[in-house]
Amino acid sequence: MTTVLSESMLPPEAPARPRTVRARPTGSDRAFHAVARSAGGATVGIMLAVGLFLSIRAKDALSASGTSFLTEQQWSPETGTFGVASVLFGTVTIAVIALAVAFPLALSTALLLSEVATGPVRRLLVSLVDLMAAVPSIIFGLWGVYFLQSAIIPVSRWLSSTFGLIPILAVTDESGASVTDASFFTSSAFIAGIVVGLMVVPTTTSVMREAFSQAPSGEREGAYALGSTRWGMIRAVVLPFGKGGVIGGTMLGLGRALGETIAVYMIISPIFAINWQVLKTGTNSVSALIALRYGEASDFGLSALMAAGLVLFLLTLVINFSASSIVARSRSGAQSEG
Amino acid sequence: MTVTDERTATGATVLPRPTEPIGPRRALHAWTVQESFDLGGAALGGAAIATLLFGRFTSMYGGIGWVVVALLAFFGTYALLVSLHSDRRQVFDRLSTALVITAGVILFGTLAFVVVYTVVRGAPALVHLNFYVQTMRLAGPLDPLTVGGIAHALVGTLIQISIALAITIPLGIATAVFLNEVGGPFARFVRTVSDAMTALPSVVAGLFIFASVIQLFTHERSGFAAALAITVMMLPIVIRSADVVLRLVPNGLREASYAMGSTRWRTVWHVVLPTSRSGLATAVILGAARGLGETSPVLLTSGVTAEMKTNPFSGPMISMPLQVFDLVRSPEPTMIARGFGTAAVLLALVLILFAIARVIGGRGPGELSERQRRRVITRSARALAEIQSLHPADPTTRLEESP
Repeated sequence: MTTVLSESMLPPEAPARPRTVRARPTGSDRAFHAVARSAGGATVGIMLAVGLFLSIRAKDALSASGTSFLTEQQWSPETGTFGVASVLFGTVTIAVIALAVAFPLALSTALLLSEVATGPVRRLLVSLVDLMAAVPSIIFGLWGVYFLQSAIIPVSRWLSSTFGLIPILAVTDESGASVTDASFFTSSAFIAGIVVGLMVVPTTTSVMREAFSQAPSGEREGAYALGSTRWGMIRAVVLPFGKGGVIGGTMLGLGRALGETIAVYMIISPIFAINWQVLKTGTNSVSALIALRYGEASDFGLSALMAAGLVLFLLTLVINFSASSIVARSRSGAQSEG
Repeated sequence: MTVTDERTATGATVLPRPTEPIGPRRALHAWTVQESFDLGGAALGGAAIATLLFGRFTSMYGGIGWVVVALLAFFGTYALLVSLHSDRRQVFDRLSTALVITAGVILFGTLAFVVVYTVVRGAPALVHLNFYVQTMRLAGPLDPLTVGGIAHALVGTLIQISIALAITIPLGIATAVFLNEVGGPFARFVRTVSDAMTALPSVVAGLFIFASVIQLFTHERSGFAAALAITVMMLPIVIRSADVVLRLVPNGLREASYAMGSTRWRTVWHVVLPTSRSGLATAVILGAARGLGETSPVLLTSGVTAEMKTNPFSGPMISMPLQVFDLVRSPEPTMIARGFGTAAVLLALVLILFAIARVIGGRGPGELSERQRRRVITRSARALAEIQSLHPADPTTRLEESP
């Protein structure tokens, strides 16, 4: 016996439209959302307040000085001639020297942690790197002033007398004659740069190590299976995969190096002139300028300091954002190929 | 080996059974005598070359220069020795390994040196008990180390960091929860702003508080202003690391909670936060360690005093890093020793915080410690017993004896 389905036995055609699902939040949920949202709002409020306050207070000084704020080397707001050219130059010099110290050290240490060390040794060393990031900067500053300052002078002096033909490594007095007296070599951008470099190594190392450890094991083993040595594998697999981490970590380190205050303040002897001779005593930085002058500043002077702080903040902001976007992009790439 | 089973003939698969015992496991990477000689010889050669150059053949002098020259000579000699018996690829391999290990030794050696140097230079002050219990009120620059101490700075630091944490912990974690559990365009905006704020140089945070709170309202430096400066600096750090920790909570846990019909709030309170408890604690502690050691924001806001202050709202209140900074400005050796001693105590505080963070933060989200697991087991056994006593006849609540 066969059953014939007549048209009328079929269910009436359902409208092809998904049901709308609407969640009705309960009272506790609504309260939770409100609390969480207001916490986020409060955070944004605080942070925007910092930015807005700095900008508004800095406007006085900026409108008084105009574009000469970026080109003037002197800093005397009382007489109206002030600008960040020399301090910004010093900040960047110190940060570049810091990177020259930190980059090779961080890259090698990151490779040591991700490729060479294994097991408990690796765990211990990773903890030590994190610990080093937590060491207060004033302790590095003390070490820089009381130990490194005198211990590094022979090296600076040798560098300047051997490579004196390179302008930035020469050390000359006002008349242009090269000098070797030890007092010309203290408190230089070179010494501050080394100390700041040691302080940013942990930040840079941990970003690089994370990127290296995400290099896919299939490619690693493939390289070994083709007869590669460990260095060959690192060059062919780990470094290309970790390139974003290397660049991003270095830029994050640069951001920290630019903002470092107390160690630099303790080491340098502040001057307000562009000093190309990095081994010679005397340099400056924006943050050291703020720490140096905030107490004696008038209302207008404070406004000028705010403008300097704002310039520094914008600089670190740009560097940090590009660093984190580079790290994020490299991370997503590694995942899709892995 | 011999295969004795008859079924082999019928084509069945048979696992071979070894008849003789397996020998000792071979080490895969053999460390040959030659490698030891290469390394040792290169090390000796490097040291010898540097010693000859320093003070004998050239006018170079100083410890750091010696180390640099010795390292360069070591790498040269090592490459030469390895190239005597290996090809170019192996030379690069050996050299790169030696290089990364040397970098590690330099970095961790510097860390150890910085720590030991601080403690050794501070030791003359650290051995006196009065250093920990007295203040600098009666101690002048020429007084011996048996007078005066840093109790006031220690108290000041603890008060300031407590105020900062009292603001940072609820606000930071609530914001991180907002970023992860609520979401939406506003959350993305909050995340961008707080990421931007991690770039704020700490001295600018201090300058902000100095120009706003101190100049506009209180008109004097105080511990509270310093705590606010530390908060502005610490908040983005805590938000960012708490955000990362909350992102690690497995989505399956959240979905399981929703599937059982719980609300978002109950999911956050009973699933997400307990799961990430250890990670959140680590984030907060590491943020506190950063805030504790930061000098530049308090330099502008807290003011210097030699007296014990317990009221953060009136008058200057010094903290440990600022005390170090203030002490080493003096040319007197006793004051410098006190400065190093204070730095050593500060370092010890940071180390303790760091160790606590490692102990509680070593586990991933949802991994329980032995004690927590026992507690969970007893609690669920009690709940089961309760259910059984309510429905004695229901077979689905029968307690299974676990072996």
